[in-house]
Amino acid sequence: MDSQDAAAYPLIRRAGLSGILVSFGGSLNEASNRAALAFRTAVEALKLEGVVETMASLASVFVRFEPSLLPHERLEAALQELLAVQDWLQAPLPVGRRFWRVPTVYGTDLAPQLGEAADAAGMSEAQAIDSLSAARVRVLTIGFAPGQPYLGSLGPEWDLPRQTELTPMVPRGALVQAIRQFVLFSNPAPTGWRHVGQTGMTLFQPGAEQPFALRPGDEMQFEPVSKTEFLKLCDADPLRGGAAAQEIQA
Amino acid sequence: MSGLKILRIGPAASVQDMGRPGLLGQGISQGGAADTLALAEGAALLRQDPGLAALEMGGMGGEFEATGPLRIALTGAPMAAALDGEALAWNASHRMEAGQRLTIGAARSGVYGYLHLGGGIATGPLLGARAVHVMAGLGRTAEAGGLLPADPDQNSETGLVLAADERFKGGELRIMESFQSHLFPEEVRARFAATGFSRGSRANRMGVEMVSEGEGFAAEGQLNILSEVILPGDVQMTGDGKPFVLLRECQTTGGYPRIGTVLPCDLPMVAQAQAGAALHFRWVSLEEGLEIQAKFEKSLKGLPAACRPLVRDPAAVRDLLSYQLISGAVSAEADPYATGETA
Repeated sequence: MDSQDAAAYPLIRRAGLSGILVSFGGSLNEASNRAALAFRTAVEALKLEGVVETMASLASVFVRFEPSLLPHERLEAALQELLAVQDWLQAPLPVGRRFWRVPTVYGTDLAPQLGEAADAAGMSEAQAIDSLSAARVRVLTIGFAPGQPYLGSLGPEWDLPRQTELTPMVPRGALVQAIRQFVLFSNPAPTGWRHVGQTGMTLFQPGAEQPFALRPGDEMQFEPVSKTEFLKLCDADPLRGGAAAQEIQA
Repeated sequence: MSGLKILRIGPAASVQDMGRPGLLGQGISQGGAADTLALAEGAALLRQDPGLAALEMGGMGGEFEATGPLRIALTGAPMAAALDGEALAWNASHRMEAGQRLTIGAARSGVYGYLHLGGGIATGPLLGARAVHVMAGLGRTAEAGGLLPADPDQNSETGLVLAADERFKGGELRIMESFQSHLFPEEVRARFAATGFSRGSRANRMGVEMVSEGEGFAAEGQLNILSEVILPGDVQMTGDGKPFVLLRECQTTGGYPRIGTVLPCDLPMVAQAQAGAALHFRWVSLEEGLEIQAKFEKSLKGLPAACRPLVRDPAAVRDLLSYQLISGAVSAEADPYATGETA
């Protein structure tokens, strides 16, 4: 069912006791990500009684609901009906997107797994830095931790599997890589991805008026700086480590 | 405002309530008490709302001093508790006077003990709840020198006890198939339910490791699947096929495949299993799962009526006349939620 066979999608599946997952693809794909973002907005707009919360992941929309108020069959029928309204793969990206340029140290003791990732991708470290820093990636979804983006897509040479053992802890602002994506960590956490870069970005500020820096659809580029320069940037701008954002004109 | 001053505290104590639903799309799982049944039991004992916050104590309690008169209840993993040196019953409600000291020791079985205050703990809410969410960086663990303030208490009844639901020594976890179960061959799923596990050494509020003899539980191509939403109760296999049962403070998405989802009503047993406790899984259908969960939720509503007066050994009670011996009596039929007694 998780094959690349596009005919199987969209796919409505059950998730746990009180969840439904609507998937638009089984592999990373720009159109299914756009579909997921747009479909989530449409599900929210239905305002169905019994829906507790929704989220869009890379290529799916998850709906958590209260089965005693909204039985599985009824929600599934409503979602099926909504799927038929339009071709969701043609849906536009959300409005109000921004482009972030983020100073990043690749490798060194601040990001010790660059060498390992470069090896796995069949590159030298210098080639890996060139390749990763040239990529303009998009926030595909927010997940795992508060305000934390999954970013893609990188080229096929970066389709590296996750590690079999977890890296016990990466710090806030860590840029990690696997399966043609980056994740930028909002808090220290263990991860199965490789720690290739370090940024000074704060993605989540619990007390702030706008607690979350990023939105799905935002674009990012991780521009290489030396460790010395990076530390200076973090000193001058403890919140963002020198990262700057500009509106993307529609 | 009455409250408790924290004189000493274990390393894994934090204020918890039912958590924050609605932030999944921002990467924040609901979180809240690891043992929500204990939260409901404390609320029943104090005749108050189960949504109020309490102090969750992982493995080890602490020492507290009352800043004014207040009611307390103790639930979850049983711990040795004493008030000014006199032993206190667990899974029961008690009264404290200003200046009295409450000591709570290590868990005798289970992991998470709970200290509830009449009126509920009134720390400042963050993003709509008081629950500390360590993984999300919302709030922090309790520290010595801190204060646990209580909101005004609407009630005065104490001296109630509840029979403890046995969930502290492992047991059977009921699990449902989920959207990634098919990534595991049928043989692996059957073997999973036939395997005896014990709780591993890696466990926290995010998840609990399960260890077993023999071969792991790997799925095909499992290191390259697309990261997808995670639900509390999901049993995730790391790359080497080791299962982790994820709890309420889990990450919101992840790419390690999940063989199934443990029913919400069985998560207290997962959280409360001490290292080495024996656990096994039993597959149930969606229909069975809904029925089991509905029964559990009904039993939560029956908790207030299940509270009984605490029977004290008169010989052990220094000042028998200071107890209001009548006030603890409740009718087995009465539902205090329905009568507004808990308002």
